[in-house]
Amino acid sequence: MDVKGLNYACTTCHVTKAHKISGRYYSRPAPGRHQLALPADDGERLACESCHSRSPHKKSAILNHHTDKVACQSCHIPRYARGGVYTKMWWDWSSAGKFTKDGKAIVKKDKNGKLAYHSKKGDMRWDANVVPEYFWYNGSMSYLHEGDRIPPHEGPLQLNSLQGNYNDPGARVFPFKVMRGKQPYDPVERMLVVPYLFGKKGTGAYWADYDWKKAAAVGMREAGLPFSGKVSFVETEMFWPITHMVAPKEDSLGCAECHRRNNGRLEHLTGFYLPGRDRWQLLDTLGWVLSGLTVLIILLHAGMRLVSSARRKDADTQGEVDHEK
Amino acid sequence: MKSKVLLYTRFERFWHWFQAFLIIFLLATGFEIHGTFHMLGYGAACYWHNLAGMTLLILTAFAIFWHLTTGQWRHYQPCSENLKKIAGYYCVGIMRGEPHPFRKSPERKLNPLQALSYFFLKVFLLPLQLLSGLIYYFYNDWLNWGFALRLDSVAIVHTALAFVLLIFLIVHIYLTTTGGTLISYTMAMITGWEEIDEEICG
Repeated sequence: MDVKGLNYACTTCHVTKAHKISGRYYSRPAPGRHQLALPADDGERLACESCHSRSPHKKSAILNHHTDKVACQSCHIPRYARGGVYTKMWWDWSSAGKFTKDGKAIVKKDKNGKLAYHSKKGDMRWDANVVPEYFWYNGSMSYLHEGDRIPPHEGPLQLNSLQGNYNDPGARVFPFKVMRGKQPYDPVERMLVVPYLFGKKGTGAYWADYDWKKAAAVGMREAGLPFSGKVSFVETEMFWPITHMVAPKEDSLGCAECHRRNNGRLEHLTGFYLPGRDRWQLLDTLGWVLSGLTVLIILLHAGMRLVSSARRKDADTQGEVDHEK
Repeated sequence: MKSKVLLYTRFERFWHWFQAFLIIFLLATGFEIHGTFHMLGYGAACYWHNLAGMTLLILTAFAIFWHLTTGQWRHYQPCSENLKKIAGYYCVGIMRGEPHPFRKSPERKLNPLQALSYFFLKVFLLPLQLLSGLIYYFYNDWLNWGFALRLDSVAIVHTALAFVLLIFLIVHIYLTTTGGTLISYTMAMITGWEEIDEEICG
């Protein structure tokens, strides 16, 4: 990568020793009980700080003051899917299975040539050069596992939920791609279904028979999970931490991307005081009203001084005239 | 009889105007950081605000030293005598063209109302503002220092005091026009010399 620059290979950072690959969620353990390909100790956990330290900004102390609450990635990856490479943002499985009148598969592309609809997969949306979404994140996630009951939720069902908040000293503002879509689930068992996709006609495979109920029945049976026979669709979202594609430092975010009254990148991240964005409205109102009143009183006072001195001058000249008489 | 008297020495004038510049600059950049308006841009406003704040801190250290070593601090001892008379002058007497009830002299430069307000400014307002600014600046170190503060509390105190300073500044600038001419007080603070009535009137 960056042949003209550092010319790093993946393994420059992701050093592997005895099958332990450095990396995976940067500075923290991987989620839950599922260790995946995760190294067990801190030695293999990679972070920007591994090379750059926690105070990497040479010219500005103020920028270094940020590293306790803002992850490096938040400012140094201003957008993701850069360089004209599109990334899938939305995948709606519920609209799959539509065909033309003569029974042929429908395939639609969007203006950029990316797949917008396919009979096998449903509707999709793609985007490039995307502004990340920002959340507090301490490096741990809770995953909804195969076979877990769907918890009560407001809004979309979170397939993984981020741990950490402002008061968590280990949590920092971190950038994410949020993948959204609609997925099949069993509304009675309250469980995401494992559909059987590939297979021959008559086996129940969705991409052959196009029947969600059959596909779910086969899939759930194979997975050893209960299935009620009913299939519905639920809107889901999944958080993908952004950590690659670090931009040159000139392209990192300016202060006012977040420190602004309105439409800042952290607009939706509330519950803490962000200078430039937050204020105590009552204090501002009181302050400006009192300042305004002061100016008003001064104007009145100045006006009265003008009028009274003009009158005195008149009176003086009058007096002098009287005296001369 | 009127005579010219050196009221404000060179350091005092330097300190006054440098401090005036810094406070106005700090107010402007501070309210930009607060999100009230846009002038330099948030990053630049932050940088210059911090620099100006540190400069004011150093200037204040010199001023404290000057006040203590020259004994000039005595001018700011508040006294309740004649307060009503002075206030009455600014409300009524000034309209009637009456002379100011207080005679300035190098021994007593400030009238009781001034002494009281500058005492409040220098002993409470500015130190508290500098302190809250310093605490704000070092917010990363609060935990190390054993503070359990919230950033919003510090920011609110700092903003509230800024409003008080702004109002003080407005009134202060207006009152400079109440001398013999509109600019005679300002000129005195520039040259150091002020024309003073020598007669002591009751």
